[in-house]
Amino acid sequence: MTTSTSHLQSHPGLNLGAAHGQAHADAEPVVFGFWIFLMSDLVTFAMFFAVYATSLQATAGGPGNADIVDVTSIALQTGALLVSSLLFGIATVAMKHGSAARTVIFWLIASLAFGLCFLGLEVRDFIDAADKGAVPMRSGYLSAFWALVGLHGLHVAVGSVMILVVCTQIAFFGLASDVKTRVLRLGLYWHFLDIIWIGIFSVVFLPGLLT
Amino acid sequence: MEHFIFGRLGWDDIAIFDVFRDPTVSNIVGSSAGWLAVIGGVVVAALLLIKGWWRPLLFEWLNTTDHKKIGIMYIVVGLVMFARGVAEGVVMRTQYVTAFEGGYLTADHFSELFSTHGTIMIFFALMPFLIGFMNLLVPLMIGARDVAFPRLNQISLGFTIVGAMLLMVSLVIGKFATGGWTGYPPYTGVAFQPGTGPDYWIWSLGLSGIGSLLTGLNFAVTIYKMRCPGMTYLRMPIFVWTALCTSILLIFALPPLTAVVIMQALDRYLDFHFFTNDLGGNMMNFANLFWMFGHPEVYILILPAFGLYSEFTAIFAGKRIYGYTSLVIATMAIAVLSFTVWLHHFFTMGQSPTINVAFGIATMLIAIPTGVKVYVWIATLWGGRIRMRTPIIYLAGFILFFAVGGYTGILLANPTINFTVHNSQFVVAHFHNVLLPGTLFAVLASIYVWFPKFFGFRLDERWSATTAWLFIIGFTFAFMPLYMVGLMGLPRRSPAFDDPSYIPYMIVTMGGALCVFAALCTLIGTFVVSAKRREELAVPGGDPWDGRTLEWATPSPVPEWNFAFLPEVKCQDAFAVEKAQGSAYKIEREDFEDIELAPKSWIGLTIIVFGTLLGFAMVFWIWWLAVLSALALLAHAIGLGFVRDEGEIIPADVVERTERDWIAAARQGQGTDRTDEVSARNRGFSARITEA
Ligand code: HEM
Ligand SMILES: [Cu+2]
Repeated sequence: MTTSTSHLQSHPGLNLGAAHGQAHADAEPVVFGFWIFLMSDLVTFAMFFAVYATSLQATAGGPGNADIVDVTSIALQTGALLVSSLLFGIATVAMKHGSAARTVIFWLIASLAFGLCFLGLEVRDFIDAADKGAVPMRSGYLSAFWALVGLHGLHVAVGSVMILVVCTQIAFFGLASDVKTRVLRLGLYWHFLDIIWIGIFSVVFLPGLLT
Repeated sequence: MEHFIFGRLGWDDIAIFDVFRDPTVSNIVGSSAGWLAVIGGVVVAALLLIKGWWRPLLFEWLNTTDHKKIGIMYIVVGLVMFARGVAEGVVMRTQYVTAFEGGYLTADHFSELFSTHGTIMIFFALMPFLIGFMNLLVPLMIGARDVAFPRLNQISLGFTIVGAMLLMVSLVIGKFATGGWTGYPPYTGVAFQPGTGPDYWIWSLGLSGIGSLLTGLNFAVTIYKMRCPGMTYLRMPIFVWTALCTSILLIFALPPLTAVVIMQALDRYLDFHFFTNDLGGNMMNFANLFWMFGHPEVYILILPAFGLYSEFTAIFAGKRIYGYTSLVIATMAIAVLSFTVWLHHFFTMGQSPTINVAFGIATMLIAIPTGVKVYVWIATLWGGRIRMRTPIIYLAGFILFFAVGGYTGILLANPTINFTVHNSQFVVAHFHNVLLPGTLFAVLASIYVWFPKFFGFRLDERWSATTAWLFIIGFTFAFMPLYMVGLMGLPRRSPAFDDPSYIPYMIVTMGGALCVFAALCTLIGTFVVSAKRREELAVPGGDPWDGRTLEWATPSPVPEWNFAFLPEVKCQDAFAVEKAQGSAYKIEREDFEDIELAPKSWIGLTIIVFGTLLGFAMVFWIWWLAVLSALALLAHAIGLGFVRDEGEIIPADVVERTERDWIAAARQGQGTDRTDEVSARNRGFSARITEA
């Protein structure tokens, strides 16, 4: 990338390299591209939200939202996900301030642990729902519910695998600048999933809790 | 056990044997097509082996990340699929000729034909054509060495090929869907079509959709971040603008398709109830989601074509494009508006008149920027020194017919009129009217224009012009009568009819379809004839048409590294201005440097192989194979994060030699006069070099 230097301002927190020059220039298209990917993914989620919103009445006499939402579990899941995000943030800050690779890995794994807690609780909720007969095959509403919440869960699962991959890469290559931008992108992804979760919380679970 | 190994695949699924089991006419036609595919595959494989072509195929093409080769592969895939699509079109038109007597194909076979035909033409012919041209032209036009993510580009191509492969496989094993390219449930749900058809549809669209999305991402980043110094937004060639809008559309319009395909898959595989008739399913969600993708999709198909027209109109009119800024604004306006009109595809499905009116008005609004464009092309021609080469023949056909297609579009945008003609042949006439003269002609003309750039020789003028006329005449007869038949009441997607007054029209359209088929043959002939005469037609100078934008400022074929030095531009149409000032073809710098190219990669091939296996396994419920293929894809993708290969280095002296040879040749004064440009005197040096 020897192209125009006028775009070079962003990723101030990354501390990519000594003079930042080439490393920043290299990071520019990759990070920008990842933002675009997230925008696109956001639209995918929007479609699942829209279908969910139009399916609220489509319970076909089966269980509705209020029948399957477990307040405590949702609160715990929200907590776990947000703490996980916070820990990821700490990992990024550690990376910026030149901590040892081991420290960064430590925080990433901590973040992963909370992500896994989230997933565990979510799976438990799904199993509970299924026990109550609220399987996705039961009604259009439940299909939309499982698909929307499940899609988010799937994203978290993929993110968890990616945390492991990135940790391995840190172990292999140290905090090289291309690894750093990967951590940065994974962080964006991880925080993005929080935002989606807030959406799910407000659109799916809150109304269920209020009724 | 057998069930475990083969899923639901059985001997009966091998469609090419249908003809032996039950030799009806319909089966003979279907199986012949299958055999054709098989024989074609075998011949290609044999040629690869015997002639030793597998080596360059593997090591120069399939593992390359060079945007130019990837672009060419896109276009080749498009041509192969287009040939199949045209053949299916002809078979369907033959059916219509005999449809009064009930037709010679079974209703199911006919439905399968229009489903594969539509799917192929849209996703595996026109889209690969346009994405191919984006690959070929965008990096060169913005003065870059490659796209932003060369390996991702290969991945995109891989997924596109996977989709195309699945469609070809469906010809031989199992059946494709009968629900049209739109695949509306509940008709495509398990209740009505338990077989493999809709699953083929799901996986070919779903997997190739990933590729398209990544293409959009790649080109958006390329255009935003990789422009050469001085290439401000308002100096970008119009084609780059349209490519940018297309990328934005791909980024935002593909997700609804992904979502709808996932939901349809969940319905079919796991018994969900998104779109089923019972238990709260709601097919209106499908219609909305599908067309939220589908309408922007038609602009994905037309905007780059508009860009191509803009570029070569300026070239062959010998002046710069008229109204550049208005063209840019019009393009952006269309891109934005295209997200606000999707409902016009189902005016009749029960929403309130108010909603229909809103969407009808939004649709008509699009006519305004589109009209602006047509005037811009006409104004560009006005007062220009037009050379009647093949592209201008296509352009003439385009301006004339696209206007007609546009008018009928406005008619369809009016909900009251739409109620009477929807789902009739009128609609078939309309969309062929915009897609053929709009997109297809643009692609064919552009093949003529840019072929010499990438292969080093021009296409034979006589053959090219003949092809153009055949396409135009064929199009006229094949589709114009359908407006009448539509108004007379013949529905689309109908295998039979009971009113003899349609028959004369059907014979005419059949003739038109044959003419299009002839055009396809002469198109292939053009390549063969031109390849034979390539010495005579060679244009090593790289600028056979007196081009205006940066891609012409390179030798033909373009070296792998595109430019010895990244260009610096000071105005629009930089190369044209340089030539006019006599400052083209100069070596201004001596500091030649090594150039590092993007590393080669095998991920594309992995995707082609395991992606196709994955799709096939899912269609036939061969779960173990599906899991293995998915794991193979994942493993390769994750593994890529661990390899840090260096790209190939082109040494500075090679770069320097190539550049100096080319410029020396250009300076020998072999410049061609425009009147001479289709003669053997055209060696691709257009500039009048003024020794300054
Ligand atoms: C060579 C010329 C072609 C012929 C003879 C032809 C013929 C046909 C016929 C007979 C149909 C079925 C109409 C019906 O269902 O009543 C059809 C449908 C269709 N064609 Fe073509 N076609 C041609 C080229 C193209 C091209 C270049 C495109 C480009 C996109 C295209 C896109 C479609 C689509 C999208 C459908 C609708 C399929 C569906 O109903 O799901 N066709 N064509
Ligand atoms: Cu539309």
